Amino acid sequence: MAIEGFVAIYIFMLAAFAGFEVISRVPVILHTPLMSGSNFVHGIVVVGAMVVLGHAGTVIEQIIGFIAVLLAAGNAVGGYVVTERMLEMFKSKDEQKKGAEE
Amino acid sequence: MNFVVQLSYLLAAVLFILGLKAMSSPRTARKGIMWAGAGMVLATLVTFLHPAVHGLTNYVLIVIAIAAAGGLAWWSGRRVGMTEMPQMVALYNGMGGGAAAAIAAVEMLRALRTLPNDLQMRAESLAADADISVQAATAALRAEGAGSVGIAGALGADVAILAILGAFIGTVAFSGSLIAWAKLDGRMKRSQLVPGQQIVNIVVFALAVLFGILTFFTDSALVVAVFFALGLLFGVFVAVPIGGADMPVIISLFNALTGLAVGFEGYAIGNPAMIIAGTVVGAAGTLLTQLMAKAMNRPITNVLFAGWGSSEGSTSEGPEGEMKDISAEDAGIMMAYAERVIIVPGYGMAVAQAQHKIWEFVELLQDRGVEVKFAIHPVAGRMPGHMNVLLAEAGVPYDMIFDMEDINEEFAMTDVAVVIGANDVVNPAARDDPSSPIYGMPILNVDEAENVMVIKRGGGAGFSGVENHLFYGENTRMVFGDGQKVAGGMVQAVKGL
Repeated sequence: MAIEGFVAIYIFMLAAFAGFEVISRVPVILHTPLMSGSNFVHGIVVVGAMVVLGHAGTVIEQIIGFIAVLLAAGNAVGGYVVTERMLEMFKSKDEQKKGAEE
Repeated sequence: MNFVVQLSYLLAAVLFILGLKAMSSPRTARKGIMWAGAGMVLATLVTFLHPAVHGLTNYVLIVIAIAAAGGLAWWSGRRVGMTEMPQMVALYNGMGGGAAAAIAAVEMLRALRTLPNDLQMRAESLAADADISVQAATAALRAEGAGSVGIAGALGADVAILAILGAFIGTVAFSGSLIAWAKLDGRMKRSQLVPGQQIVNIVVFALAVLFGILTFFTDSALVVAVFFALGLLFGVFVAVPIGGADMPVIISLFNALTGLAVGFEGYAIGNPAMIIAGTVVGAAGTLLTQLMAKAMNRPITNVLFAGWGSSEGSTSEGPEGEMKDISAEDAGIMMAYAERVIIVPGYGMAVAQAQHKIWEFVELLQDRGVEVKFAIHPVAGRMPGHMNVLLAEAGVPYDMIFDMEDINEEFAMTDVAVVIGANDVVNPAARDDPSSPIYGMPILNVDEAENVMVIKRGGGAGFSGVENHLFYGENTRMVFGDGQKVAGGMVQAVKGL
């Protein structure tokens, strides 16, 4: 599927606004998990890597495509694990008491 | 592309944006990462149905690569300590940038491979139409202009431009992030690779731009290879001179760059999920980078093109007076009888693994009715918010932790301010002394508290090499020693009361 000229520019523009908007009111305490979380989100590059490895026609293309999928999968999985671990620890006073009673 | 794949990509993009939105509030943050995770799993699974993916070997290679890298990343991500988080983020981020660059490489190689066939076909049809020989038609086509041959001819000008831009950004983010990882992990200490680094950087950048333009027109794989090598080299050269306090900014910047590269390559291969997710991250990351640079009062260009204090050799006069020390036990007892205490942690606390002991001490103080708060400078730790993560790990609830802007007024009404493992972010010289290299950086006004306790390993200067006037203040007492031991001593003292 091809996304033609101006439509693509609209998509880029709207996505950029969405990115600014989503992060504009984030408290400092969440900056690190959020950086890590956005790091995970660009792990979507794994689908592109799968596609190029999937239509690789020569050995050299397969090798580079394989490296692409390796790197991308590492980005996605690693990004998820560290983000999830960090967010797991954020608890308010109430939640902490609840956790202690259980 | 079939309907199921399209619809799933759309759903994944929605989940990513909702997930990031949820991640920007502590209450919903854990839900956010799960939504984004669900989007990722969905997008990955349906890509096996993508019509462009074919060939059993390729399917097998995809599964092996995902299983191997995914497994390794899962394992390493699970066992890494919270203090090592920044370098792990840098590492995973670099991998994303590398993947984007590799995608561009494969697409360019494909274009070069199909190029002769393409020209051949067009020449044959022209020969048939105009009733001339195939050789003559080929020559005529070649003479017609550069646009009809080269990578741009095969991919289309728009795709070629974005693929080239994405490749450059991706390679820079890849090698730059790896250097950032090596530096943070203590594997690399150098801040200069070649003499005149800044001039060399400009030359390498100019060469990379030149080869980027050549790549647009070329039908030679060598030109493409040189272009990629220059991108990698530039990433290394940009990251090497950056040290210490500027590290968080550069990691955040590389994160934003990788997002952009992913968005551009998404356009190059016609993948809307990549375009949206990549661009959202690119924009969000840029904003985050700006927030950080602002907190440090350092324009991005300074971070990129100057080493910390390398140009300003001016030494401000040494502070007057002398340091006065106090034992950990006395410090603990003094705080036990205080009404309001603010604790200012820095990365040194995490290095000493003192956060658990500190929290134990704070709980004892709270039992005695002392009001305790934590104050965090925006660039404390090695990433923005890193200190919050480390405190959260020790069990400190997030509603006890305050940002600089919210708490700075309160130091004047505080009985004891405790500085542990922080230095430059509490140095009054940044506020009062225009000749200081860190002048202008916003600081926590710790010196306004009635008493200041500084827990510190030795008497030396901070990360930036600047003497800290706070340590010589009339109301300051130094508690020398390892953070964890000092905190332990304070706990014992309060328990013994």
